[in-house]
Amino acid sequence: MRLGSIAALAIVGSIVLSSCAANEEAPAGDAPESTLAGTIDGSGASSQGSAQEAWIAAFQIANPDVTITYDPAGSGAGREAFIAGGVSFAGTDSSLKDEEIAGGFAGCVADSGYIEVPVYISPIAVIFNVEGVDELNLDAATLAGIFKGTITTWDDAAIVALNKDATLPSAPITAVHRSDDSGTTKNFADYLNKVAPEVWDAAPADPFPYATGEGAQGTSGVVDAVTNGTNTIGYADASKAGDLGVAKIKVGDEFVGYTAEAAAAVVAESPFVEGRAETDLAIKLDRTTTDPSHYPLVLVSYIIACGEYEDADTAAVVKAYVGYLASEEGQAEAASAAGAAPLSADLSAKVATAIATIK
Amino acid sequence: MTTATEPAPIKARQRPADRVFAGASLVAGIIILLALAAVAVFLVAQSLPAFVADPKELKGEPDSFLAYVAPLVFGTIWAAFLALLMALPLSLGIALFISHYAPRRVAQGLGYIIDLLAAVPSVVFGLWGIKVLAPAVGPLYIWLTENLGWIPLFAPPASGTGKTVLTVAIVLAVMIIPIITALCREVFLQTPVLHEEAALALGATRWEMIQMAVLPFGRPGIVSAAMLGLGRALGETMVVAMVLSPAFLITFVLTSGQNSPTIAGNIALNFPEAFGVNVNALIATGLILFGITLLINSIARAIVNRRKAFSGAN
Repeated sequence: MRLGSIAALAIVGSIVLSSCAANEEAPAGDAPESTLAGTIDGSGASSQGSAQEAWIAAFQIANPDVTITYDPAGSGAGREAFIAGGVSFAGTDSSLKDEEIAGGFAGCVADSGYIEVPVYISPIAVIFNVEGVDELNLDAATLAGIFKGTITTWDDAAIVALNKDATLPSAPITAVHRSDDSGTTKNFADYLNKVAPEVWDAAPADPFPYATGEGAQGTSGVVDAVTNGTNTIGYADASKAGDLGVAKIKVGDEFVGYTAEAAAAVVAESPFVEGRAETDLAIKLDRTTTDPSHYPLVLVSYIIACGEYEDADTAAVVKAYVGYLASEEGQAEAASAAGAAPLSADLSAKVATAIATIK
Repeated sequence: MTTATEPAPIKARQRPADRVFAGASLVAGIIILLALAAVAVFLVAQSLPAFVADPKELKGEPDSFLAYVAPLVFGTIWAAFLALLMALPLSLGIALFISHYAPRRVAQGLGYIIDLLAAVPSVVFGLWGIKVLAPAVGPLYIWLTENLGWIPLFAPPASGTGKTVLTVAIVLAVMIIPIITALCREVFLQTPVLHEEAALALGATRWEMIQMAVLPFGRPGIVSAAMLGLGRALGETMVVAMVLSPAFLITFVLTSGQNSPTIAGNIALNFPEAFGVNVNALIATGLILFGITLLINSIARAIVNRRKAFSGAN
């Protein structure tokens, strides 16, 4: 009796488990059957995590014989794993460092080069929850002061000067930051450090640098804390801002709210990092832009892959997959699944050229 | 102790079942030791690079590894201590009520409910802390800092979100109450009825009887229950990671937005994105937590063993 039920459980279990990979059937009437086959593993930035899930699902539906995994272990861990040859591609919020490039990549054919392309652009929103305030204008120096803890009340002269029409309460500011290490923090800090270096004097890094304000776990933790707290302000992926108030930041002489177009525009018009290989499209983000059609508070996440793989099948799958990520469909998928801002057409073409060199 | 002149002791007949069972329990005992040894070896081996690494490579660029660990150790003990401070009196009250005051039927029902609390996963407690408790106690903290701010524990400014060490301690207290209550209840129920009746016969009220007979008899059990609860609170991860607003400093303030982080919470928050020597540093803090819990459990054991004969906890 008991043995029978265990056996039944084992059978059901094995059917359920084995059908996981096979349940993503190709939709009827689709393009010609794909001939791609193989398994590739990726690892890296957790910011891309939800986009990668959507990309992998869509790509595996189109190519039923392909299996792709992505471990959102963090940018540093992803780069480390790729350099050591543990994964076929990596996702990272910060572009490769010069010494990492010089050290070579164990998983690639020696001296075959590498590609590094932006695939994921996520605007970061400054969210707030202050009674009686619907709109808020901030410049980088004020924003830096708030998060550094030098501006402590909402009716501080610096904030009032930027918001003449608003009725700001005479209440203490609760600035909420990420308590876990995060690329969002790094990009937020990088923006403040570049635009207002006299206030934000800490080098941008994943952990929040100052012992001020309040920490909350993850994007949802920050959004939660800002929503439930009183007179709060925080920063989070723009797609998660929900119904909260979103501050406009000062670019040039105007105050700019985030839009996907403005975020894509600043990335498209920023120069590439100099002195890199042609297939390295690392972007030197122009945080100090004065063009009001730009929204410089963005996070750019890259994919790193080999120039040439030992195994031709792996190369074909990586090439097709990364090509899909940068394509219009891939970018649209990321926009709907993770609220990303799509790459501009011009940048997308450059990315496609770089990906085409994968062998 | 036998001497040579005595005849050899009579050996019991060993049946196969005896041998199988003796062997099985021996294996079980060895496995638990091996598991513990494996954890200790892993922790030590993985920690070593962090102890010798340049502290500038660690998160926050502290002056030394000690400076990196000190706020974590303090925060861990401080949060667990506060939780125990709140949970212990409440648990003793509940346990005494169940064992000596409540009608049997009520006592049974209450016992089940308390045990049920122990079965709630900690992530649910974390969600409750962050969604319900923190927003609810936020205004109280503001009131405390405004009116009692002269007490260093409530130094202003107050947290605007309620995600303070006091909130964490309250959630932890709720989590360890079932453990402490269940153990204390069992201990109190084992008080010799003769002692209780003797006290009552001498004219003691029920409270005096509890003071004279139940509590002294149960003291080692209470200590051991408290230490078990403390161990749970020290190691609790999810609740702290979700609720606490951490900052790398040492502070006794209960109502501020900047709190000393705890070891387990810090590992949970930073491990996903950590790499290089920072992974070793996180594991090294785990080793320290391992040491702290080992120390506390040893102290509890020592106290319990001192009065083994009377203890109902063994």
